[in-house]
Amino acid sequence: MGERDSVTTRGGVAPTAGGYGSPASSLGSSGSYGLAGRGEGGANLADILERVLDKGVVIAGDIRINLLDIELLTIKLRLIVASVDKAKEMGIDWWEHDPSLSSRARTGVDGGEQAEVTRRETTEVTGRSAREDAEATSGEKRETTV
Amino acid sequence: MTDALRYAYAVVRDTGAPEAALDALTALEGVTGVADEPVYAVRHLGLAVLAGAVPAEDYDEGPLRKRLEDMAWLERMARAHQRVVDTAGAEVCVIPVRLATVCLGDEGLRRMLATGRERFTSALDRLEGRVEWGVKAYATQPAAEEPPAGAANAADAPGTPSAPNSPGAMSGRDYLRRRKAQRQAAERRWGDTEEGARLVHDTLSGLAEQSRLHPPQDPRLSGISERNVLNAAYLVRREHSADFAERVGGLAGRTPALRVELTGPWAPYSFTAMDETSDAEGAGGAGGAGGAEGKTEDAGADG
Repeated sequence: MGERDSVTTRGGVAPTAGGYGSPASSLGSSGSYGLAGRGEGGANLADILERVLDKGVVIAGDIRINLLDIELLTIKLRLIVASVDKAKEMGIDWWEHDPSLSSRARTGVDGGEQAEVTRRETTEVTGRSAREDAEATSGEKRETTV
Repeated sequence: MTDALRYAYAVVRDTGAPEAALDALTALEGVTGVADEPVYAVRHLGLAVLAGAVPAEDYDEGPLRKRLEDMAWLERMARAHQRVVDTAGAEVCVIPVRLATVCLGDEGLRRMLATGRERFTSALDRLEGRVEWGVKAYATQPAAEEPPAGAANAADAPGTPSAPNSPGAMSGRDYLRRRKAQRQAAERRWGDTEEGARLVHDTLSGLAEQSRLHPPQDPRLSGISERNVLNAAYLVRREHSADFAERVGGLAGRTPALRVELTGPWAPYSFTAMDETSDAEGAGGAGGAGGAEGKTEDAGADG
């Protein structure tokens, strides 16, 4: 099904040989070492955001960014980050389904169904935060592919 | 220019060396920040904050809020922030400040250091000489043992020609039986997976000074569609990093139901808050079972 292919695997560098803060390695179930990187940017964006957005010392600067806005953003990040096209490529809706259904869900799809799912969730989330969206972005809202 | 906006990345100990000789700054030579600006240090009270001058049209309150809604922009900012933090962190102990912390001029940065002095100092004491390693485990895809064609075919073709006498009864019963077998196989595999994730986490927690369980990652953000059953961070002494990585490799070999991924070393982002309870709360980590959809981590993680 090729999901594994979506992870770029580069040649075998021992984890500690890598640079600081760079993705180290993907250890397959076979125990083989490889360097899992995601594109030119190095580390997986999810790994980075998890740390820079959710962690680190939170201390008020002079520019007040409402924490609620940022939390709102993380919810969006987790749900809207991929465009419909990209979502289709990735086969993304596994957590929506009973494990025993997932194989059927996968085979049937690759097309409209997953795109539907994505769109629906997107709408839900956007709906839930409609008020904040309206005042925060006043029509400038975008769903940019990463 | 003095009250121009300053973006803060991380706090380090002020070693008293002349600015040009601060290890963190030496490491950052040639590395630019979120606005492609050079990074410099402002010292105060035995601490130094790594910061850069950023333009008001992007980083003043209104624009910044809007920018944060722009994924492409946010990604660039996040990557630049992380690059500065982790490059400096390769040399010295850094305490990362959360993304998008912006102050007014050097004076604002000094105020920030004064406000957070105790937290920064205690974090530096705790985390000196330690690095963070990220370990994620994914349930490997069942594709090979569970041909997806099975269920679909049975459902699509109830009157298959191979069973002309009682097509309905045959296919119906077979279908249900097959579904049951599939479900049981999936449950077994899931059991292995969960057990494996627990084994990985328990073992690594034993090796690490501290650990944190993070919510499983959304595949749309990580780009990895396999089910993320463990997403953890471990605080390890810098000099024990190689051993730790080796143990992770060993564990990966012992848990065939999992694909294990190691990232790092990172600056100790996940451990800046002195929160010893994090393992017990939230995340549900290795379990992950029912609700893999990570809720927003509670913002209380900062102490």
